[in-house]
Amino acid sequence: MLEHYIGLFIRAVFIENMALTFFLGMCTFIAISKKVSTAIGLGIAVVVVLGITVPVNNLIFNNLLRDGALAWAGFPDVDLSFLGYLSYIGVIAAMVQILEMFLDRFVPFLYNALGVFLPLITVNCAILGASLFMIERDYTFAESTVFGLGAGVGWALAITALAGVREKLKYSDVPEGLRGLGITFIAVGLISLCFMSFGGIDI
Amino acid sequence: MATPKEVLVDPIFNNNPIALQVLGICSALAVTVNMSTTLVMCAAVIAVTTLSNTAVSLVRNRVPSSIRIIVQMTIIASLVIVVDQILQAVAYDISKSLSVFVGLIITNCIVMGRAEAFAMQNGPWLSALDGFGTALGYSVMLVAVALIREPLGSGTLLGFELLPRVADGGWYQANGMMLLAPSAFFIIGLFIWAIRVWKKDQIEEAEYEIEPNLQYKEAM
Repeated sequence: MLEHYIGLFIRAVFIENMALTFFLGMCTFIAISKKVSTAIGLGIAVVVVLGITVPVNNLIFNNLLRDGALAWAGFPDVDLSFLGYLSYIGVIAAMVQILEMFLDRFVPFLYNALGVFLPLITVNCAILGASLFMIERDYTFAESTVFGLGAGVGWALAITALAGVREKLKYSDVPEGLRGLGITFIAVGLISLCFMSFGGIDI
Repeated sequence: MATPKEVLVDPIFNNNPIALQVLGICSALAVTVNMSTTLVMCAAVIAVTTLSNTAVSLVRNRVPSSIRIIVQMTIIASLVIVVDQILQAVAYDISKSLSVFVGLIITNCIVMGRAEAFAMQNGPWLSALDGFGTALGYSVMLVAVALIREPLGSGTLLGFELLPRVADGGWYQANGMMLLAPSAFFIIGLFIWAIRVWKKDQIEEAEYEIEPNLQYKEAM
């Protein structure tokens, strides 16, 4: 049983990396990867938010929205799954807000470190994407917790790697038109090509 | 004040959402493996961006700024639900192959970005044009990428055979890398290069100036 969860975690981190195989969270991925220190801060924030929102969305889907899920309330043939997107994004926005207030009150040093990035995370596709993948693959509550954490760690790993490359890249002599955004895209392409080599691992 | 024509045409090359504003790359890259999904995705994004810009612009004076993000999110999410339901009813196969990417239009930075940056300050007519133009700029980029990836990767375009593949007795050896995710990055990177060679003003400042190499004599 434990093996199953470890396999799921490894798969979410390396083989199905949110950023490099599904291109999720690309906007923030490219915009905030100029320095390793900020990249790590954002990465940690993403891990925390994913680790909370994916299991919460799993509970909401299985107990409220799914076809027949409202049987406990006396509505056995109500199917609210079309309200999915609205509820997931609502949960994510609310969670980010609560997390921000919680950190501000109880863990101020983390709040100061993450401050700017927390609100940004609401519109990070990786967060919503992980919830949607969780629904599509029909994970249980425990699986979705592991998957959420794994997806977050994978994303954090990817953005830190890219930031490391970009810190070195600014000292290289890049052709004028390719400078900045262009070369970043090509670098991401190469990193993602490297990550594809994990695809052969069978867990 | 921008004229309607500027608002509509500017984002296509001068201020392309993907090549310059770094918006909406997330869902863009994964759907460009073949042309038909790309076109459906573009149509969905154009519809959502135009309508959401219009709607946000209509309510912009009645929404306190502290809750504007939630309001925008709700408007966008509702529009995406409508688009998703229509796709599932009309083109079920394509909506299956787009899988989560239709839902991800909600967090597509283009939609949020334009609602926040343009529709909150401008009237509904201009905002609708801006949404349409920006989504068109996004679509041009996506279609261009798909136009390279599908023929080179599988020898077809919109399902019709363009380059007969070796596997089917033709002459074209399909380039497998074009079917893989990273190829989209290379193609977009090269597109950005091409656009910036053409439009010099988009070139970014170098962060670090490299000294020219010393001549042998000076070094001595």
